[in-house]
Amino acid sequence: MTATSSPATAPQRPVSPPHRRYAKGEKRSSDRSVYLSIGVALIGVAVTLGPIIYLVVGGLRTQQDLSTNPTGIPDPIMWSNYGNILTTDIFWRQAANSLLVATLTTAGVVLFGTMAAYPLARYRFRGREGIFLMFTTGLMFPLTVAVLPLYLLLRDLGLSGLPGLIIPQIAFGLPMTIIILRPFLRALPTELEEAAFMDGVSRIGFFWRMLLPLAKPGMVTVGVLAFIASWNAYLLPLLLLTGDPRGMTLPLGITTFQGQYASATTLIMAYTSLAMIPALIFFLVMERRIVDGLTGAVKG
Amino acid sequence: MTALETSGTGTVPAAAASAAAGDAPHTPVTPNPRKAKLRMWAELTLFLGPALVLFLTFVVYPVISAARYSLYQWNGVEQFSDATFIGFENYARALFGGTDPATKSAFMTAYTEPFQAAFSHTIAILVLSLLIQLPLGLLIALVLNRRFPGRASVRVIMFAPYVLSEVIAGIMWLIIFDPNGVATRLVQAVGLNPPAGGWLEDQTWGFWTVFFIITWKYIGLAVILFLAGLSGVPQELQDAASIDGASWWQTQWRINIPLIAPTIRIWVFLSLIGSIQLFDMVWVLNQGGTTGQYSTIATYMMQIGFFRSDWGFGSAIAVIMFLLSFAVASFYMLVVLRRDNADRPKKVKQA
Repeated sequence: MTATSSPATAPQRPVSPPHRRYAKGEKRSSDRSVYLSIGVALIGVAVTLGPIIYLVVGGLRTQQDLSTNPTGIPDPIMWSNYGNILTTDIFWRQAANSLLVATLTTAGVVLFGTMAAYPLARYRFRGREGIFLMFTTGLMFPLTVAVLPLYLLLRDLGLSGLPGLIIPQIAFGLPMTIIILRPFLRALPTELEEAAFMDGVSRIGFFWRMLLPLAKPGMVTVGVLAFIASWNAYLLPLLLLTGDPRGMTLPLGITTFQGQYASATTLIMAYTSLAMIPALIFFLVMERRIVDGLTGAVKG
Repeated sequence: MTALETSGTGTVPAAAASAAAGDAPHTPVTPNPRKAKLRMWAELTLFLGPALVLFLTFVVYPVISAARYSLYQWNGVEQFSDATFIGFENYARALFGGTDPATKSAFMTAYTEPFQAAFSHTIAILVLSLLIQLPLGLLIALVLNRRFPGRASVRVIMFAPYVLSEVIAGIMWLIIFDPNGVATRLVQAVGLNPPAGGWLEDQTWGFWTVFFIITWKYIGLAVILFLAGLSGVPQELQDAASIDGASWWQTQWRINIPLIAPTIRIWVFLSLIGSIQLFDMVWVLNQGGTTGQYSTIATYMMQIGFFRSDWGFGSAIAVIMFLLSFAVASFYMLVVLRRDNADRPKKVKQA
């Protein structure tokens, strides 16, 4: 299996040869210029993390403390800000909704995207390039362009609530997925296919038993992109999930909470922090995949 | 699985080998060619069908509908069949107040001026992203492109704002830039005056505050992409340059930047499209400002279409936005990205 999966990584960006890069340069480059890099890095980290830390710490303050002592250590420390949010069911419902929507969207995007990318990459038929071009232009139809008619369409189809969110999100995630996966699937050696067919495996059998396992790295990449896009999505939930906050996803829930408790800034900070942290950690672990995906999307 | 692999490189039955050697597609061995063809189309339907149905229904059809609605005066509440067909009047209203002299001056104020404001903000963001974010991102990436303690963590941390949701980042900055918030306090602490009208509400400062927030949110992507590109530049080239006495700047300018040019072009593409379609972040920041002082095309479209029930006009704005991104993207793909794509893996070699 390891031997067969190596060609699968071929279309991705070349990996740097790490040991070689630094081993020589490090000794020679003057020690002083390292401090410049460290200085820039520290400024970058401070500017990036400063506001985020301010938000998380602010969630521990009282309203009074926030206005008199915004940058110091919270006094008193209000763990209850976080505690109260975590003990109400609204936050958990919204987190569960977000997770459900993002998971189903990702599953749909990866499944249907891979299925579509396979013939577009490895079959020969008339209209193939035309269909691919259509999906490519789809990248330029942002949700914002289509959102008003889409809203009406969903209303006419009777799709509301979370399903009304998931299905269009899958549709809008497909172009990116197909664009990334097609060159990826194309680069798998044809010999595999020939051999499988010779042994009497059908195309569908080949797809399930060989292509899917080989395409796993590419599928993870597009899956992560689709998950993040869905998890962060705001516009479609804004139009579809009106009414009960228990039916909302987290981003919409945050703005609704903000509207309700406009004067309780520290509570908003706590709510926002809680919504941010788990996803942030997960996405940062996946950083490599995201970068691969984004470069692949435009290059492919 | 292993059996299949070895048979692929090992001895091959003559009939199948000739089929594979020709230009014909690789097909499973089937006795009847007509049946095989039928089977292929059935498979195509199976594989492509779901994606095509979803895409046509939920992406293509709404976009076409938007183009159709844009020709009508319609409030979205009444039946569409009752809407009044007004041709390209919505576009005319957006661009120069409409063709009817009686309503022209009123429509100039109601439609044209806010649209032009939104349009100019979008273009300003697009241009400033290239002028400010590109050099800044490049500079940070070049400086960080060396080994120092904690480099991997710095890389990941700087990427954090990019994966943060727009809503979270927007609310965070809304709190920070509150007129009585921490930004005001910090600026006062060093003896400066914060913008008179508030960070976001001020007519000139508002736009710059938003641009700062956008830069904070998206600069990480530039840095990470450029660092990824730089890690592919062979160290030997830089060593050779420094042996020849090149300064740090010369090495960057003559070797590193030219070699990561394809990555830079990719980032520019993403930035152009992203700028034109910018919505979520600006919407969270008070929906483009109370007087639209930093509205974008997308936020203006939502405001007029959805929340003021002028769906015909909103759709016209959507079409203009699409045409703009389509024009920019096509131009960029055809003219700039073409050579980068020339070397992509075309076709896997045939036996």
